Order: sequence, then C-alpha cells, then structure tokens
Amino acid sequence: MDFLNGLVVLANFVLIPATSYGAQLALGALGVTLIYGILRFSNFAHGDTMAFGTTITILLTWSFQSMGISFGPLPTALLALPFGILATGLLLVGTDRAVYRFYRRKKAAPVILVIVSVGVMFIMNGIVRFIIGVGDQNFADGERFIISARDFKEMTGLAEGFALRTTQVLTIVVAVIVVAVLFWFLNKTRTGKSMRAFSDNEDLALLSGINPERVVMVTWFIVAGLATVAGVLYGLDKSFKPFTYFQLLLPIFASAVVGGLGNPLGAIAGGFVVAFSEVTVTYAWKKVLTYWLPDSLAPDGLVQLMSTDYKFAVSFAILIIVLLFKPTGLFKGQSV
Amino acid sequence: MSQSMRTPLLFAFVAVLFILEGTTSAWIFSGSWNTALGILNMALISAIMALGVNLQWGYAGLFNVGIMGFVALGGLATVLVSLPPTPGAWTAGGAPRILLALVLGAATVIASVLVQSRLPKGRARELSTLAILVGGFFLYRWVFDGGVGVVEAIKPANFGNIGGINPGGVDGFRDWGIITLLAWPLGGVLAAGAAWVIGKTALGLRSDYLAIATLGIAEIIISVLKNEDWLARGVKNVIGLPRPVPYEVDLQNSASFVERAASFGLDATTGSTIYVKLAYMVLFTLVLLALLWLAERALKSPWGRMMRAIRDNEIAAEAMGKDVTARHLQIFILGSAICGIAGAMMTTLDSQLTPGAYQPLRFTFLIWVMVIIGGSGNNFGSILGAFLIWWLWVQVEPLGLWLTQILTSGLADDNWFRVAMQDSAAHMRLFTMGLALLLVLRFSPRGLIPEK
Repeated sequence: MDFLNGLVVLANFVLIPATSYGAQLALGALGVTLIYGILRFSNFAHGDTMAFGTTITILLTWSFQSMGISFGPLPTALLALPFGILATGLLLVGTDRAVYRFYRRKKAAPVILVIVSVGVMFIMNGIVRFIIGVGDQNFADGERFIISARDFKEMTGLAEGFALRTTQVLTIVVAVIVVAVLFWFLNKTRTGKSMRAFSDNEDLALLSGINPERVVMVTWFIVAGLATVAGVLYGLDKSFKPFTYFQLLLPIFASAVVGGLGNPLGAIAGGFVVAFSEVTVTYAWKKVLTYWLPDSLAPDGLVQLMSTDYKFAVSFAILIIVLLFKPTGLFKGQSV
Repeated sequence: MSQSMRTPLLFAFVAVLFILEGTTSAWIFSGSWNTALGILNMALISAIMALGVNLQWGYAGLFNVGIMGFVALGGLATVLVSLPPTPGAWTAGGAPRILLALVLGAATVIASVLVQSRLPKGRARELSTLAILVGGFFLYRWVFDGGVGVVEAIKPANFGNIGGINPGGVDGFRDWGIITLLAWPLGGVLAAGAAWVIGKTALGLRSDYLAIATLGIAEIIISVLKNEDWLARGVKNVIGLPRPVPYEVDLQNSASFVERAASFGLDATTGSTIYVKLAYMVLFTLVLLALLWLAERALKSPWGRMMRAIRDNEIAAEAMGKDVTARHLQIFILGSAICGIAGAMMTTLDSQLTPGAYQPLRFTFLIWVMVIIGGSGNNFGSILGAFLIWWLWVQVEPLGLWLTQILTSGLADDNWFRVAMQDSAAHMRLFTMGLALLLVLRFSPRGLIPEK
C-alpha cells in the first residue's frame, strides 16, 4: 500500500506535470528547430511569437465567451485556436516579407539574422503589451478536472489523492496530434519533402526546381501553428504572462540544442529531457521517499536537490553538458 | 559629409538635447537640471556598457546576450565591498562555513575535470567522475546549508546576510563611503570570472551557441541574486549603501555650502542634489575616458588589427598562426569585465541593489541597440549611441503622450480610441527600440558613426 501511495504522489507531482510541460516545450522547440533547419538562424523572437499567438487566442476566447459560445467540457480557447494560428501566420509571413527576406537575399551571416530577430522580438513584445498589457491572464474554462483528488481517494481507498486536470490531458493529446500531422506532412507530402530537401542541401534543392520562397512561407505558417499551440497549451495549463513567455526561450532553446538543432525528432526528445530534469531536480522528494523507504531511513529534510527558483539553471546545465560532450545534440543535428 | 565632420556634429546634437532638457520646459523637456543630470549619469554608465559590448561585437564579432548578468555581478561586488561585515556572521561560524562549502564545490568540479582529462577513457573514468560529482554535491550541500542557516538567522529583518568588508562597522560604515570605489574594479573581476567559465564552454562552437549560453548565465545570475539571501539579502533588497560622494543632508546642513548655492541662485535642496549628481558625473566621466583611451589604444595596436583580422576571416587568421579561440576568450573576458565595472558603478549611483529590477530587455538588449545604432566597431559610435538611445528611452514616454494628444486632440476625453492610446503610451518604448534597431540594420547597417 505504501508503495502504491508513493507511486500516486510521484505521478501526481512529477510524472504528469513533467509530461505536459515536456509536450509544451517540445512544441516550442519544434518551431525553433524548423526555423533553424530551413532559415538557418536561432530565432530569438520565438517566445514572443508564442505570446502573440496566445494573446490573439485569448481575445477571441473572451469574445466567444461573451457571445455564449462554449465547447462543452473543453476550454473555449480550442475553438479560438485556429484563428489565433491564422493571425500569427499572417504576422510571421508579413515579418518575413518586411524584414527577413532582405537579409536572406543578401546571404547575410547567421549572427546578423539573430540580431535582426532580436529587433523583431522587441517589436512583437511591444505589440503584445499594446494589446493585452503586462499582467497575468487566466482564460481556462470548461471542466477543470477529469479526476479530482477526492474522487480518486474514494475510488481507490488510498491515502494520497491523484488529480488529473483537463488541461494536462489536453496538452498531451493535442501535442500528439500536432506532432503526428507534422511528421506526416514532412515525410509524405510533396511540400514537406521539398522542405526537408531544402534543409539538407539548399543548392541541390534549388537545382531541382524547388521554389525557396514557397518553402520559407510554408515554414513560417507551420511555425506559427506550433508556436500558437504551444503558447495556448502553456497558458491553459499555467497562466499567460508576456514576460514568462519571453523566459521560456531558454528551456526551449535548451530542448532544441539537446536534441540537435534542425532535427525535429530531437526537438521532441529534448523537450522531455529538459522538462523531466527540471521537475525531478526541483521536486522535494521527502513524501515519496517516506513511503518507499523503511521507517529507519526516512529523510529529515525536504530532499530537494535545488530550490524551484533554479529551474532555469537546470535547463542551462543540461545545455552546457551537451555543448561540452556532444555539440551536435543527442540526435544528429546540423550544427557544429 | 566626411566622418571627421560628422562625429563632432552628432555629439553636439546630443549635447543640445541634454542642454534643452536642463533649460526649457517646452515640448517634452522638463526644464530641470536635476533631471538632465540624472539622465546623463545613467547615459555615462550605459556608454561604459556599450564600450564593453563594442569590444566583443565590434572588435571580435562575438554575440553576447548576457550583459544583464555581468552588470548584476558588478552590483553584487558593490554590496560585498561597501557594507560592513554583519555582526555575528563571521564569529558564529556561518560565513566561514559558507566559504568552506564554496571551496568544496569548486574542488569537486576541478577534481572531476582532472579525472576526465587524466584517466584513460573507459568505464572506470565515467564511474569515478560520477562518484566525485554526486559525493561532492551532497558534501557541499551539507556544509553549505548549515552555514546559510546560521547567517540567515541573524536579525533577518535588517541583516540575514554576510555583509561586506567595510571597516567602519555597523555604526560608522557611512563614513567609509570612499571604499565603494574599490567595488568597481572588483565588479570587473567577478564578471571576468563568470565570462571565463562561459567562454571556456561556448566559444569555438557556432556563434548562436554563445548567444544561448550567455542568455542562460544571465538568468541564472539573477536567480542566484534573488534566492541566496545570505549573499545580498535576495528579494529583500539591500538599500542605503554608502557612497563615495557627500550626502545631500550633510550639504544642506553646512552653512558654507548653502551660501555658495545661494550665490548661484539655488536653494539648498536643489543645490545639494545637483552638486551630488555633478560629483557622480565627474567620477563616471573619468572612468569612461580612461576606458575609452584604453580601448582606442588597443584598437590601433597590432592586437586590435589581429582581432579585426580574426573577425573578418577566421580561417585566414588561423592559417597565419593566430589562436582564434584563445583570442576570442580573451576579448570576451575583457568586454564582460567592462560591463561588470559599469554594473558596480550603477549600483553605487542607485545606493541599492534590487535583483528584481534586472530585466533583460533593459540591461541586455537595450545596450545592443545602443551599439548597433551608434556604430559597431567604433568606440565613439558606441558612446554616441548610448547617450542618444538612453535619452530616447527616457523621453519616449512623454513623446508618446505628446503624440497621443496631437492624434486625439479633436476627440472627447472618454473616447475609447483616446483612452486606449493614452494607456499604451507606456508600452511605446520596446516598440520604438525594436523599430529603430531594424531600420538602422536595414538602411545603415554600419551605424551613425561607422568603423574607419
């Protein structure tokens, strides 16, 4: 019984939260890695792109709510999501036309494009603040729990409760669908194949008649979709605050680098590696260990390796270890 | 227009902006010398940061987005120097224990690096590295947590930290404000140490990796400052740091000063605040000029030419026998140290350390905007950019309000458009900075005063 109780605590505070956080990071890292693969620079504006997509979705969610439209037990934000993606896609393609295309034609060094993306980051950050301000926004509605802690206790008779929030399950389900569609697109469709060819060898791809502008435009739209979905899921699961989204840049970059920049499969693996390390290192293991260890060995302290505020340090440490020992990432990425 | 004409003209233009701020209250200006000098002092500090960034980016092409972290380390140096040692922190065995723990932590890392480099490759090497790291970590935490517990228990409302090295003691440390000057070079040393660690790992890889690694270290330094209460009281903030210039209150109480202020037509309060700001201005200008002289000398020396050769073509420089990674590490450390010095000066000016106030947009990316708009590779350009952009950063808000008033002058007070515009004037800053950066990058990528 003690073993089961410990397992329930572990699932409740480590496994489930880390899985949904990992799915959010993976979606974010996929966007970063796609831009890196096709456009060949690290996009510092990605966190703010996520914030923009989420902002539009939140505004639409509010107007849907005021019109009385709801999605039953699911959050209304899911209905607004496609419009958010569309708006973000238009913004990104517009940004590409107005800003990035010029440097692409000039074949500017990647670091120049990174600096340009910093400028874009400023502007997007400004736009988001114009629209929605700097405060915390909560826009989750619908059914809050699939299983609440009390129901679980009554059902199983265990001492520990296990709560499964709708947003957590939703995150995982949506992430699986999005990733499946993305891989189907990249591997089976003509456009997806031309994107992979362009990423592998630009000159050969151009020789075989692939239109680079079209590839770039499709990429921006896919990135808009990934960023908005990641942002909305993160916002539903936790809450929306523009500055938090900017800070997500670090774990997202860490995920993409750990997996190997430019490698979509690696981005997903990286997302989960970073999320699980963050949660396990900052979790206080006392309760679980008290259940699992014999009484004589029960710990006195919290058994927390690092305080929760150092979660950035975890992504950073992983990043450094990978850079030191395997600069191309766990899965073979493009960068050296 | 030739560049020899252009540079003095641009500097004169910026000087006019500051003089207008001090003399007239028309348009967006405040007409107060106090405000003008306040903006100028922060502009001087920003100019020093911009010099550091220009050293890294302009001379060597390194993209460092962790400036905020190095600036914050400088601020930490100011606290660790200018405060008196907290009574009891050293005698009750708290602070020595923390120091011991830090030494143990460093020893663990060094030991594992040695094992990695000395032992032959294989399972024995990996297992012993792991054993050293895990064992060292738990030993470190055990020693460390005990020390921190003792220090943080000392009157947490006032102290709870280890304090600094001010010899004046808790009662007389304000008389020793001059010691704060010592913190400026120390801030540079702290920042240089952090830069060495980062440079060792991330230099020599793709340029993007240095950017991501510096972004990370900056966030971590800030979270250390926020959470390690024993170090500088964390989010409880340290206020009332002693300073190297006189206090306004003392000046106002001095009869001779009040008399002298009156002879300029100033009352004692205004006179004393202006006097203090002028004193800071002189100190900061001296540091800026010294660093500028050094940077110019370095740029024109064979070392500076080698740096630019490496920046322009790494492969060719390597073929000529230059050690590219070592030179990059060197200049990365130098540039970060300059940012650390500026950070220590800023905390001295504010007389307080508030870790929550460090925002990457303000302390990292704004400095980048200054360097790029001013002219990367040219020290005078970076300084000009710092003055101009800092002035703009402060004035964008009144400018935005003025613009709002023009645009909405015909509308009623409660018109939704007018209300929305007035609310968003505060958010104009980031947008304007981003737009300025993109426009300069696109149409004048070499900046206002280009590299010669």
